[in-house]
Order: sequence, then structure tokens, then C-alpha cells
Amino acid sequence: MTTQSIPVDVTDETSQSTEETLIPINVMGRRYMVPDHLTIMTALEYAGYQLTRGCGCRGGVCGACATVFRMPDSYRIEVGLACQTIVKPDMFLAQLPFFPQNKAEYDVEVLEPEQGTLAGLYPEIFKCIGCGTCTRSCPQDIEVMDYMAAAIRGDIARVAELSFDCVMCGLCTARCPAEEAQPLVAILARRLYGRHIAPRAAHLAERVKQIEDGRFDEGIETLMAADLEALKEMYVAREKEPDMPDPDWRPKDKSHL
Amino acid sequence: MPYPPELKELIKKVEATRPERVEKKRKGIEVEGLSLEGREDRLKKYHPDYKEDSRREIRVGVSKGYAISPEIVEILEARSRVTPEKINVDKVDHETDVLVIGGGGAGASAALMAAGAGAKVLIATKLRLGDANTMMAEGGIQAASKVETDSPYWHYLDVMGGGHFTNEPELVKTLVNEAPKVLAWLEGMGAMFTKDSDGILRTMHGGGTSRKRMHYAGDITGAEIMRTLRDEVKNHPEKIDVLEFSPAVELLLDDEGKAAGAVLLNLDTEEYVVVKAKAIVMATGGSGRLHIRGFMTTNHYGATGDGLIMAYHAGVPLVFLHSVQYHPTGIVFPEQAEGILITEKFRGAGAHVVNVEGNQFVYEREPRDVEAASIIRECSTDVGMGVPTPNNKVGAWLDSPMLDIVHGPGYVKKEFPGKYILFKRYDIDISKEPMLIYPTLHYQNGGVEYKSDGSTVLEGLFAGGEVTGGVHGENRLMGNSLLDVTVYGRIAGISATEYALGRKDPKGLNLDHVVKYHTELGELGIKTERNAPVILPDYTNPDVKNRQVVVAP
Repeated sequence: MTTQSIPVDVTDETSQSTEETLIPINVMGRRYMVPDHLTIMTALEYAGYQLTRGCGCRGGVCGACATVFRMPDSYRIEVGLACQTIVKPDMFLAQLPFFPQNKAEYDVEVLEPEQGTLAGLYPEIFKCIGCGTCTRSCPQDIEVMDYMAAAIRGDIARVAELSFDCVMCGLCTARCPAEEAQPLVAILARRLYGRHIAPRAAHLAERVKQIEDGRFDEGIETLMAADLEALKEMYVAREKEPDMPDPDWRPKDKSHL
Repeated sequence: MPYPPELKELIKKVEATRPERVEKKRKGIEVEGLSLEGREDRLKKYHPDYKEDSRREIRVGVSKGYAISPEIVEILEARSRVTPEKINVDKVDHETDVLVIGGGGAGASAALMAAGAGAKVLIATKLRLGDANTMMAEGGIQAASKVETDSPYWHYLDVMGGGHFTNEPELVKTLVNEAPKVLAWLEGMGAMFTKDSDGILRTMHGGGTSRKRMHYAGDITGAEIMRTLRDEVKNHPEKIDVLEFSPAVELLLDDEGKAAGAVLLNLDTEEYVVVKAKAIVMATGGSGRLHIRGFMTTNHYGATGDGLIMAYHAGVPLVFLHSVQYHPTGIVFPEQAEGILITEKFRGAGAHVVNVEGNQFVYEREPRDVEAASIIRECSTDVGMGVPTPNNKVGAWLDSPMLDIVHGPGYVKKEFPGKYILFKRYDIDISKEPMLIYPTLHYQNGGVEYKSDGSTVLEGLFAGGEVTGGVHGENRLMGNSLLDVTVYGRIAGISATEYALGRKDPKGLNLDHVVKYHTELGELGIKTERNAPVILPDYTNPDVKNRQVVVAP
């Protein structure tokens, strides 16, 4: 598509050093010379690509830029997020901006966090052959195979804990010989954990009730009606909770609590 | 890229001052914060908003005469990306009750509430559902959930002070009152907030907070919220349809001048798509990718301010866009990670900001604009105490290793897993070596004008989240953006549904407002080479662009 250059003196993460060493990389088989300090993503842009798919947060958390590559001297398939991985000389790469996964539909509130809950919605987890390709394919260094094993055992809390850093890029899914959709199993487990297994925050429920009862309305109305100088005074005078953790700290001024 | 020897040498100075600084921290001795007057003076002298040429008057449209960032003015004064006469608005491709424009935190929240209230919903989003600044928010979400130490009253006061008392009071009231409800909503959907074993939510300070009310999920709070919302949206395919890689480029109005749909662009095929809707929620987010004042940015690839343009073309005023938020701590080295956000949670946990000599020069939890201006000052030639980087930039140290001393070994790795992994890729262990930071373009404080029920002056158009302006005044506090997108996303979704279900079928869809806008540009003699919305930034190598051959059809 035709977008326009933004006429500012920035090149995003690719701020150029004065001396550049160019190295060859192979993008879907085509060779480009790119500066050796770039990430795969910025190298693609340097080569002339305008990215639409395969580019997201550019900060390693959204999982949009899953990339696979091989080095000429190795049979191994390597993986990385394009925005986080520095180019290597002679690498052969391709992006995997989308990989099909069939999500189960569920109501997390009525689901019970039982041993068979994950398998009930994703019965294919029993097809896992324990090969460990998923773990080797994870750019976040998550023990994917271990959480899949926990999923098979029905240990929801363990799945939630092990998978917490998952960016759902789909590389494990793409490479899985058992055709699993690991990130979907993982998010189901995390939601079940957060909803049913982790203890609920009683203080939060109490606070919501207080608000619904209108407990703070009058105080806030006073602030809204206060003139600027009075408001500034109240702001400057407010008590600060100390930095160091102290569960017993209470403000001296207990009004408006 | 580990720290080179010259930086390792400078880190020794940070290590030298650390024991004394840690001792003070333990005793509760803090560097004194600036007074309100001191803050104002600091901002005027060093904040980018106050620099010469940082604001220019808009010459066209409903907010004519309002001075804001030139980068935004330029696209407000651009021609529409759409040529109205080439669009057949009579051939409707999708029809829905509520059209949600944007698939981030606000859009997903709006869609869920709208579907829950009985509307048929269509989400149109530029990239994938969840590709948004929400996903990238790290530190936390504010809510006065602690009944013994905090309340919405104190939250209100903190928000107003942080925004220099310019915020719209009604919007702030709704924000702080809804905050605990939204948190309970997210908890109920299974978002994994960090808790103690008895269920008490862990909280910490953020810049400008008087009480610890920042709730978090590790250091990927936004990602946890976004992936939970996304999962829930995808649980309702019969009620919520999602069009990805389909950014809206203009609103459609009906024969009564009410919002009645939008023209989308299919990014894969580059064809336009016509959507007819009884109500629209604008939830397009921010504009960091416009690189205001040439700054690097923490923002998502799609953050180009499209909603501002579409709403403005249709006559919705823009407010509070004269102030832009620079996050105090963006990565300045290694250069591959330049601009990436270092969560304020580090400073919330007590990490000091220090100069090249290892000395503190600012209280680490000033409101963001004051903190950023103070770092810019320290690194400026006026003071000259910045840390020089190998890529010819300058920064300050954020002393993360002291957190392991203050809170116990392993704290940094456990509480900041995202940043720990990111730096580990460059062979930097942030529990042992400090991070090199400089302010980075972070948040669009202002945006389209709206009311606390999510409505705008354009009937049928509702808005929520970063695209709007008013609730944060001239400066947003940490943890209030995840709150803003969920609170006002939900409200916009509910209000839009109420409106849609009571509205007759819109008739006479048109782009007359765009024609009128173009006429006004012409009458004012405004010459422009540009089209808006921008949709995506273009980082393509200019050398290649110059060589791109246009082949005749």
C-alpha cells in the first residue's frame, strides 16, 4: 500500500551509526546487504520492505513478528521475534505472521477448574508426543513442553505459572508435530487460574460495594467544587504512604476512606 | 550488545554511591520533590512542549486557532485518504449495531460491553486484535482498592495534581469511581494480577501517587489485560465480528448529519469496505508513531492518530493535544532496543535515577512530565551531567540493581521478568548493572473531546481511551492509561449500545463532510502533499524508495 514517509529525522530503532558494517541476509531466499547491528525487523525495512503484517509492538511483547531462520552451516531451525533478534551473516529467514489455531469458546465464569477442564476443551493435548520442539521454538524461553505435560495432568496452576510470559506468537504451534495449539491451552489455564484458583481480593469487592453505596460521592463533590487554590493546598498537604513496604501503615487523616 | 568498557567504567561510579543511597532509602530519606512552582519552572525550561516551534495553530476545521504539535497539525491540514466521489457508499459491505474502530484495550472493552448489552458488534482494527499500546503498557493499573489506606477521593486528588489541575473534573470523577469496578471485572475474567496468598492485591507507588494503588501482573500488566480481553472477545463470535488489517479511514454520516458508519481499508487487497452502523465507538488510541518533535517512541507500530483525523473531519473538537507525554525512562542503549519503555514500576519500587557521577538529581517519582524534564535538564549542556553512549546519545542511569539490595536478592528478576529477558538478550543483567535511559515519546494526553458518558458532539459517535482528551489534563499519571481504556472503553460501549438500539435505520450515508473539509482547505489556500489518516509509519529505507519503479497498468 502507499503510505507516506513521515518527514522527521528519525529512523526508529535503526538510528544509524556513522560506520556501518554490511552483512548479507537472505529474506525468503533473496539476498540483501544490511548493517550488522540491526534487528531482523529493521533490517527488512532497511532492505526496502514496508511492513504491514509481521510487525506489531516492536518491543517484544505482542507476538506479531514470529520469524524462523536457518544458518548455512547447521541443519537446525532457529526462531526469534523479528523485533528482538539481531541479524546474523548469511542467515535464511522467513516470517510467520499468522498461523491458524482453532480457539474453543467458553464461559470462564461457569467453567470449573477441574483436572479434565483443559482436555475437555482441547482434547488434542493427549496427542502430545513430548518431543520438546515447542520448547526449542519459543522465543520467550518458556518451558512449553512442561506446561503441556502439566495440562495433560490437569494441573491448571502449573500451566498458568509456566506460561505467564507467553506472547502468543504461534511458533510452537507452527512447529508442533502433534498439531497442538499450545498458547490457547495456556491462556485458558491462566484465565481459569485467575478466576477460580487464585484467592479473590476481598478488599476489592468491599471497595466496589462502598462505591456503589455512594460512600465517596460527597467527598469528591467537595473536591470538584473547590477553587484552584484550595485544591492545590489539599494536594500539597496529602499524606504520602512510605516507600518501604509497611502493611501496618495507616494515614493519620482517616477521612474519605 | 553488552555495555562496552567505557560504560562499565562509568557504572563503577553508580556502584560507589549505591550503599549510601540504599541506606537512605531504608531510613525513608528521599530526595525532596519539587514544589508546585518548582515543577512549573522545570517544565517551562526543559519540557519539549515548551520549546520554540513545539506548537502551531490549526488553520482549518472546528478547532481552528488551537496550537498543538506541528506533526499533528500537518496531518489535520492534509487531504483525506479517501476521494469521496470514488466511493460507492450505497453498496454496504457490513451492517451492524455498533461499529468499534480500534482493537486495543478500549475497543475490546467497548465491544464486550456492547455485546453484553445486546448489540451486534463489529470491530474494525488496523492490525491484529490486541495490537495496541495497551499490550505494551507494563507498570500497572491504578485503582483505590485498599479500604484502609486509600479511596477514590485520594485518587481524584492525585489525578488532578498530576494533570496540573487542568483535568475535566467530571471525567476524573468517573475514572476514579469506576476504577475498582473495572479491576473487579478484569479479576472476574481471570486476569492474573499479582496477589498475596490471602488474595490481597499487591500494589505500589507510581509517579505522583500519594497511596500505593498501582496494581500489576508482573511487568506485563497491559499484555495480561489485553490478552484476557482478546480471548474474551473471541469467545463471542456470534455477537462480535472482528475485521483485522482493516483500519477505518473516514466516518460516514447519514442524511441528518449523524455518524452512521465508516469506510475501512483492507490492507491486504487495498480495496475499501463500507460499514453501516447505528453507533460508532472511536477507540483508535494514540499517535507516538508520528514522532512528535523527532522523539523516539514507546508506541505500537499502528499508533498514528487516525481517530483524531476522522473525528475532526466530521466536526469533533480536539482538546489537550497541546501537551504530549514523554515517558521519563526509555531505553537509550543498546541501540537495538532504543525507545523501548522501561516501566515506571522500577521507580515505583524505589530505583533511583542518577547522573554520570552516580548522584541523584531528581526525586524518582515526580509526575512524568516533571521527571522527564529533569532528566532532559541533567543531560543538557546547561548541566552536562548526562552519560554519553557509544551511539552518540546521552542518558541517565536507572539504578535497578539497588532493588535487589533493598527488597532482597532475586527481586528484579521476579518482578520485572519482561525487562530482565529483554536485556539478557543483549548480555546485560539488570539485577547487576543499571539501565541507561532517556525520555521517550509515550502518550497522547489529549484527543477528541468527549463527555463522561462517552458521547461526543457528533450524534452517534462515542469515544474512549487514548484517542480522547480531558481526563488526564495536561499530564497523565502512570497506571491511569490502562484504567482509562478499560473504564471509558466500557462506558463508550454501553452508551453506544443504548443509542444504537433506540435509533432508526440510518439513511442516506455520505461523505459530504469530507468534501466540505477539502473545500475549506482549498478556500484557505492550504497546500498539502499529504493524506490522512497516516495508517502506518514508513521506515522503509529512503534510498530504496527513490528507486521504486512505478509500473504503468
